[in-house]
Amino acid sequence: MRRILAVLLENEAGALSRVVGLFAQRNYNIESLTVAPTEDETLSRLTLTTSGDDSKIEQITKHLHRLIEVVKVLDLTGTDHVERELMLVKIRAEGTARDEIKRTSDIFRGQIIDITANSFTVQLTGPSDKLDAFVRAIGKNLILELARTGVSGISRGDKVLSL
Amino acid sequence: MSEMLSGGDMLIRALQDEGVEYVFGYPGGAALHIYDAIFRQQKIEHILVRHEQAATHMADGYARATGKTGVVLVTSGPGATNAITGIATAYMDSIPMVVLSGQVATAQIGTDAFQETDMIGVSRPVVKHSFLVKNAADIPLTIKKAFHIASTGRPGPVVVDIPKDTTDPAAAFPYEYPEQIRLRSYNPAVQGNGRQIRLALATLLAADRPIVYAGGGVVLGEGADALTRIARLLNLPVTNTLMGLGSFPGNDPQFVGMLGMHGTYEANMAMHHCDVILAVGARFDDRVTNAPDKFCPQAKVIHIDVDPTSISKIIPAHVPIVGRVANVLDSMEQLLAEEQERAPDKLDRNRIAAWWKTIDGWRAEHGLNHDLKPVAGQPILPQMVIQALYKATKGEAFVASDVGQHQMFAAQYYKFPKPRRWINSGGLGMGFGLPAAMGVVFGHPGATVACVTGEGSFMMNMQELSTCLQYGLPVKIINLNNQALGMVKQWQDMQYGGRHSSSTYSDSLPDFKTLVEAFGHVGIRVDQAEDLEPAMRRVFSDELRNRLVFLDVWVDRHEHVYPMAIKGGAMNEMFLGKTLKTENG
Repeated sequence: MRRILAVLLENEAGALSRVVGLFAQRNYNIESLTVAPTEDETLSRLTLTTSGDDSKIEQITKHLHRLIEVVKVLDLTGTDHVERELMLVKIRAEGTARDEIKRTSDIFRGQIIDITANSFTVQLTGPSDKLDAFVRAIGKNLILELARTGVSGISRGDKVLSL
Repeated sequence: MSEMLSGGDMLIRALQDEGVEYVFGYPGGAALHIYDAIFRQQKIEHILVRHEQAATHMADGYARATGKTGVVLVTSGPGATNAITGIATAYMDSIPMVVLSGQVATAQIGTDAFQETDMIGVSRPVVKHSFLVKNAADIPLTIKKAFHIASTGRPGPVVVDIPKDTTDPAAAFPYEYPEQIRLRSYNPAVQGNGRQIRLALATLLAADRPIVYAGGGVVLGEGADALTRIARLLNLPVTNTLMGLGSFPGNDPQFVGMLGMHGTYEANMAMHHCDVILAVGARFDDRVTNAPDKFCPQAKVIHIDVDPTSISKIIPAHVPIVGRVANVLDSMEQLLAEEQERAPDKLDRNRIAAWWKTIDGWRAEHGLNHDLKPVAGQPILPQMVIQALYKATKGEAFVASDVGQHQMFAAQYYKFPKPRRWINSGGLGMGFGLPAAMGVVFGHPGATVACVTGEGSFMMNMQELSTCLQYGLPVKIINLNNQALGMVKQWQDMQYGGRHSSSTYSDSLPDFKTLVEAFGHVGIRVDQAEDLEPAMRRVFSDELRNRLVFLDVWVDRHEHVYPMAIKGGAMNEMFLGKTLKTENG
């Protein structure tokens, strides 16, 4: 089962490598990983998607806690939350296909942020499955290049993950 | 006004303020500013080893025997990489250690400079934590953090990588050593959860067939005394892991011996048939459980450990308790005292008399024979050597060991009366014994320190014989010489049709007596059974009290370690001899 873990860690050199190293070392899988400093510049927030049953996720959570630089860990999957991912995709757009791509992009609430005579670059945000659906709708043949940020997530309501 | 000191001087001053007595190490280019700072002070003694791996094992042996944090100093590149095996050993066995490694100057990092290795990267999977010093001014705080992290919670090695420019004697900084430290992201549990402890005790008192399974965490967590009192009060059978030996007195009738792959028959049978396991500071290692899905089918598991990741990692715990072993057991003792007032019959020692009868039956049936007699003209059994050692030292020695058959014989036959006496690499490997024993001598000057080893293990770090001469370390090395890599050979005999692939030396072994004499020590060779006990007495005689003695005992080459767990089986499935197996196995 896919899980989203939110991790607050000290914003220090080498901290990220310990998290990534832990996953490699313990044979855990990382499907996506996104990391950036928070409003408190001494902390980074990392969102990580992985998979496993409850006992595996429990072990992963405990091992993350064991890293000295990890301050907090939250399994977002277990709580009411929102998740978003951002995708930039460069699409071959020539002749009559240009209109069709524009329409498809509109349906998915994408924004065209760059154009050339032969291509569109579309920016799209949403849950990962929406991004997947857009990629399918356009078709792999037309996609020239694709960059996704990986999932970022936050819990709903007043609950906060902070110190 | 704070005193102004250079980075190198601040480093050494910080070690002094931390109460460090010895630094085990080896100099080199990137560490020379630090070595000069050591030269210009008196408080800390630097012990020059012959190989950096030995420095880490020495600091490790010192830490295991004293409970203090071991300190290592090495240079960059090869010095750092040579230290890795010892760091990994300390990590596996949760030993408090601080490793200071020199690094090339900050400006050179990343340029593939001479003797540059990314020590933080190389050591990352085998350290509890690591620091790269960025500014000289950070040195005191970094050292404070390193010792705090290494020695609290589940202990472990911490590496501090120190670029050469940060120890430059030309620059001075105000020195102040922090009294206390708080890390917002590091707060190891100390007290256990009160409700869980109550539940644990109720579970234990309701058990018909309880057993205490105590590991290295009892030694490290200073819980041996409380554990012993609780076990004696409730008349509980106690088994120890390899790492836990000494956490309950080995000569106590309630002690059923070590458990696991080479555990005693009665310990493994009692585990398999018990209904409640009180696991304390143990981690259900694969060398203990054998096949996890067949592990102790009727047992409820109470698991006390300071490290939450150890709980329910292999075997699910019914009553998990996270906390420092000593604190949790103290709380448990208080509850027991209340219980004794309220319902003393619950604590009746005879309540589990039937269980003891069963255990004593197993003990009588296939227990270890602790009274083997050397017979003239017959081969010397390795077990006899450990018994002779036990007798000659009256059970009071510190015994370091390596890895292999000799280690298992020592674990089975030397009955450790106290914690921190058995100095053994549980999780890693060969070459540990001699340097670890040397570390013990520094920690306990004047104590009797033996190293039970084999030719294979000894030759991995025998260069340290030279260090022993330099510092006058009277380690007594007991070499069980079976002219083979005994444990490898045993597995090949049992699982590979007796094909001894690279486990023998084809008559290329040195004459150890001459070898140790060349290093300035005393060598004794024994190959006749009748000479064993007199030779052992001589090793520990007053005449040789201050000398390193190497006793080379030529033992039966064909002896195997038994019992031995049958691969993939439950804990009650064991080989008991070359042709004898447990019935269900």
